[in-house]
Amino acid sequence: MINIRQLEFHYQIGGFRLSIPEFSVERGERLAVIGPSGSGKTTLLNLIAGIIIPERGTIGVNNVKVGELNDAGRRDFRITHIGFVFQDFELLDYLSILDNILHPYRISGALTLNKKVHAHAAALAQEMGIGDKLTRRPNDLSQGEKQRAAICRALLPQPKLILADEATGNLDPDNKTLILDLLFRAVEDYNTTLLTVTHDHELLKRFDRVVDFKDFRL
Amino acid sequence: MLDSLYIAWKYISFNKLKTTTLVACIALISFLPMALQLLLDESERQLMSRAAVTPLVIGAKGSSLDLVMNTLYFGDEVPELISMASVERVENMDLAMPIPLYVRFGTRGNPIVGTTPDYFEFRGLIVAAGRQMALLGDCVLGAKVAEILDLKPGDSLVSSPENLFDLAGIYPLKMKVAGVLAKSHTTDDLAVFVDIKTAWVIQGLGHGHQDVTRLKDPTLIYKSSESNVAATAKLYHYTEITKDNIDTFHFHGNLGQYPITAVIAVPYDEKSGTILRGRYLSKQETRQIVKPREVIDGLLQDIFRIKNVLDAVISVVALATALAIILVFALSLRLRQREIQTIFKLGCSRLTIVRLLLSEIFITVLISGVFCGAMIFTVNQYANEIVRMLFIR
Repeated sequence: MINIRQLEFHYQIGGFRLSIPEFSVERGERLAVIGPSGSGKTTLLNLIAGIIIPERGTIGVNNVKVGELNDAGRRDFRITHIGFVFQDFELLDYLSILDNILHPYRISGALTLNKKVHAHAAALAQEMGIGDKLTRRPNDLSQGEKQRAAICRALLPQPKLILADEATGNLDPDNKTLILDLLFRAVEDYNTTLLTVTHDHELLKRFDRVVDFKDFRL
Repeated sequence: MLDSLYIAWKYISFNKLKTTTLVACIALISFLPMALQLLLDESERQLMSRAAVTPLVIGAKGSSLDLVMNTLYFGDEVPELISMASVERVENMDLAMPIPLYVRFGTRGNPIVGTTPDYFEFRGLIVAAGRQMALLGDCVLGAKVAEILDLKPGDSLVSSPENLFDLAGIYPLKMKVAGVLAKSHTTDDLAVFVDIKTAWVIQGLGHGHQDVTRLKDPTLIYKSSESNVAATAKLYHYTEITKDNIDTFHFHGNLGQYPITAVIAVPYDEKSGTILRGRYLSKQETRQIVKPREVIDGLLQDIFRIKNVLDAVISVVALATALAIILVFALSLRLRQREIQTIFKLGCSRLTIVRLLLSEIFITVLISGVFCGAMIFTVNQYANEIVRMLFIR
């Protein structure tokens, strides 16, 4: 699913450098990436998603070389192939939960919003246990419910890859377990791949594989 | 595009306070210059159209503006009074047709205009209902007065005292509505017309009372001789002119000395007008003759000078408001950096982000435009009244 070869990247400011000689993730795999703060975990997610471009090396996602796509191509690839889940949920407070879930469809021409998508969004929310909150605003929801809405937003375009950046970081223990359950179930139900950055060592045993990031940093 | 407008609308409707403030700023700053221009155009139209068709006005020396405003628009400011002899004087010159006007009294907020039937002919006023005033105590209503006061021929209307503290003054006169004029879309629609003699009755110069020669109650007689009977203050004065008492109404003294506020002089031709004006040029002359067009022109010049100053002030305020609005949008953009980063990460293009922000500006400006339009529409509906309120009353 993900194939990285001879990757090198550095930020102009701060002197941070990331070097990954070889790294791959299989389709359907549930992978956790750990490492100290500032070790480049989020940078790796941004590189895989094509938000930033490496100086050297290649990144292949679902057999597409992300670095070789132009700006528009990378954006379209990102919105159609990758589902993002953030630590702070990043829901828009002025939109209802349903509008938040449908948001990717409204901000990109690569996705088409129709009745089927609406129905799918409602069904997905039902599955995630927030079916009765669709007309509410994010501020009316608990932290766990907000993250479930964010997962719905990430899953709606049926992505091949889910990138979760500390998705359980702001949740209490019960909700951490619940959110991880939902993400794992999504991997099975939607035949997708999960790459999650986490600091939560208690959850690591549930993943198929754990990569310690300090190995990559120069 | 519809999706951008949808998201923008959601953002705008969520941030009500910010939107309301922006809409109020944009709407008001757009409304002010437009409303000002509209009112000035209306005042120019209203003031000039009437002034242009009123050739000459004769009145007491003093403020020519007060004289013209009172004569043409029945303004509240009453000029120095002149006498009916001024009418006779114009008649004797045989250069113009004189129309006396006595605009001093009012009834329920509307001016009472004492004049002669010549005035109606001169202004082209037509009686739409009822008849022309024919008897002492009759009045003819302007269309708008009849509408506002809900009066029709046969009804009655009472004149108002000159001021609230006029308790010992003349009793108000109950006038009979003889007719209602057709709408003229001029100040005449807002006036109550009476014969000049009725105006004098309102002032108390003409009155009707019990026949003193037939009084039986001794408390009503103050002094009596063979040729003269003087009554006491107890004598009953009529406050309404009816068929039964009209014969008792009379005027003391010389009618030529009775007051009027102005004479509209309609010259028979241009040359007569020029000669007539020349007759009032002497330094000893106690009357003035003015061309309303020139007086109104002067007033409009002053108004336009003030408008230019206001325009400059509004321009500066508009610039400051525009900068403040730009600042609001810039700050809002800064506050929304995280949101922008998130939607960019999700796959939104920079162009779409710009489109979203432009949609917000577009909707805000659109709502402001609707409010501004509604306010302009309202001002336009009441422009006539506002102009009267600002420049005449």
